[in-house]
Amino acid sequence: MSRILTMARAGREALDWEMERRPEIVCLGEDVFKMGGIFGTMDGFGAKYGPERVISTPISETGFIGMAAGAAMAGMHPVVDLAYIDFIGVCYNVLLNCASKTHYMSGGAVKVPMTLLIGTGGGYNNAAQHSQCLHATVAHIPGVKVVYPSNAYDAKGMLHTALRDDNFVIYLTHKGTAGVGWMGPPIPTTLAEVPEEPYTVPFGRVKVYREGTDVTVTGLGMSVHEALKAAAELEKEGISVEVVDLRSLVPLDREGIMESVAKTGRLVVTDEDYLSYGVSGEVIATVAERDPGVFKKPPVRVTMPDIPIPFSRPLEQAVLPLAGRIADAVRRLMS
Amino acid sequence: MPLTPELRRGFWRTMCLSRAFDDAMIALYWEGKLPIFQFGAGPLPGELHCSNGAEPVGAGVCAALGPEDMITADHRPHHVAVARGVDLDRMAAELLGRRTGLSQGKGGHMHIYDPAVNFASSGIIAEGMAVAAGMALARRLQKRPGIAVAFIGEGAANQGAFHEVCNMVGLWKLPVVVVVQDNEWAVSTGKRESTAVERNSDRASAYAMAGEWVGTNDPDDIFLAAERAVARARAGEGGTILELRTARLAGHFMGDQQAYIPAQMKQVDPLPLYREKLIRDGVLSAEEADAIAAEAKARIARAVEFAKASPWPEPAEAMAHVFAGEPA
Ligand SMILES: Cc1ncc(C[n+]2csc(CCOP(=O)(O)OP(=O)(O)O)c2C)c(N)n1
Repeated sequence: MSRILTMARAGREALDWEMERRPEIVCLGEDVFKMGGIFGTMDGFGAKYGPERVISTPISETGFIGMAAGAAMAGMHPVVDLAYIDFIGVCYNVLLNCASKTHYMSGGAVKVPMTLLIGTGGGYNNAAQHSQCLHATVAHIPGVKVVYPSNAYDAKGMLHTALRDDNFVIYLTHKGTAGVGWMGPPIPTTLAEVPEEPYTVPFGRVKVYREGTDVTVTGLGMSVHEALKAAAELEKEGISVEVVDLRSLVPLDREGIMESVAKTGRLVVTDEDYLSYGVSGEVIATVAERDPGVFKKPPVRVTMPDIPIPFSRPLEQAVLPLAGRIADAVRRLMS
Repeated sequence: MPLTPELRRGFWRTMCLSRAFDDAMIALYWEGKLPIFQFGAGPLPGELHCSNGAEPVGAGVCAALGPEDMITADHRPHHVAVARGVDLDRMAAELLGRRTGLSQGKGGHMHIYDPAVNFASSGIIAEGMAVAAGMALARRLQKRPGIAVAFIGEGAANQGAFHEVCNMVGLWKLPVVVVVQDNEWAVSTGKRESTAVERNSDRASAYAMAGEWVGTNDPDDIFLAAERAVARARAGEGGTILELRTARLAGHFMGDQQAYIPAQMKQVDPLPLYREKLIRDGVLSAEEADAIAAEAKARIARAVEFAKASPWPEPAEAMAHVFAGEPA
């Protein structure tokens, strides 16, 4: 049996299924016992699993995320809800130097199986400290797997995969895609038929949302859905856009990206993260390293510029990689 | 400074102004968000953390400060900003994202900066701890007068930054007052569920700081305790952790259903209590008290009018102000 679910509900199902069967999984985070995490991934878990397995923490990110790493080294599989990725500044050492590097530094002797759930992104006027994506900031660290589902089917399957992985996995969800009420009505393309049974979606494979022949548009998280909107518009103009969701940053499906661009010869990379030193450059480098000859035109990036995210609506709307900006970039490539 | 009738009338005026500001922002916030709640909708989008119930903290502490002193506030900054004398028109305009706002629409409600009155705030929990201590350090190095006050919540007192900074304040006897606003809740997490000690002021002894606790949410008591802390800081006797019991009457943020709050933990509104007290003490008549409240509302109505009539920033302005020293 399958039903149409939001990403938030689909993710919750995966975590619930794993928790029912695996006592080593424990949930930690601010307000998780009563409120079930930022997207309700642990909704109702307090009552179901009790305070020993669903642990509301003080506002002490350095402490409890470090403790999750320690618990993981001691045989648990902690699942931590860090609400907004903007807060990683407080606990960054755990990500940067501990959970990511221990397996390597121990020559493979020590495993750190833990899953960090984090919300990303803006578009709702929450300003510079509560709207960032920062996925490149975490994906840059060797030793961390970073996945970024953008629809309910992947949300469930990738969370099952993360929970069965023996590594530190950062599982990102753009707030606007989760299908939680406070971000507005769910975006239709985030909803999906989700089987009731557990299943895994492997990391390191792009997902082609929509096939096309003229231009490849890559996206991740929210920008996938903006790209889909742009593609629908452009279709009316006779432009055929292939929309590729990266959905897994580490590992990254470089061959999947190459395959699409080799077919279309034109590339627009969309990303709500900052422009420089990030995923957008990585995608272009991936193609350039394999065969720059496939580019019929130089590739184009449509991203958040290198500025702190402004609060005011007209300012934020102007800098987000929205469908209009994406469509314009595609048109320029086709002209 | 003794607790003069003048000063106490000032507390009432400040508290009324702060409440009027928050009530006006709450009304604006709900425009466009009903019947379906959504953070990004309406004239005042984003998260909004209001200070209803915490007015005595702003009024009492800020009255003990001089213009040279420096303040950092947190994600719930309005009551402190109002009491400090942050420009009301420009603060309202900032919340509405207008060009005339304190930050020309760049900051929004969690990021209120008014250097004219040495006021700054941040949405990252406990960030202001170190910033305040750094400001105090700067004044010491510059041999200029001025102490720093960090306003944080009781939830923030469990951040590493709180403990690191308190240690350095104690070690170097920095002129810092840490005002821990205990409104019992950090989102849905109660103080007892998150904090190993009953009072954060008790933690002061671990850091060679002074600790004071005020449990009344009354600006008179808060002022007197703040004055003692400020006097110690100015005299070179070092820092204080000043924990103040206060209230959070409008939820964590707008849209918080607060189903986690048990009925017996319902909090008391400090404004009617203080009004009664001033009348009882003969400081104000009921008519005078109400006239001050009405004046405050009228002042805030003018601020809202100013904000609403203000232009939006131009989209291209998003690119300005990343670095100092570049043309805006
Ligand atoms: C580093 C960091 N972690 C988490 C948050 C999310 N957050 C915002 S306000 C808040 C609760 C703060 O509680 P408290 O300090 O007691 O202040 P109050 O809201 O009660 O005024 C939390 C957890 C944040 N903004 N920054």
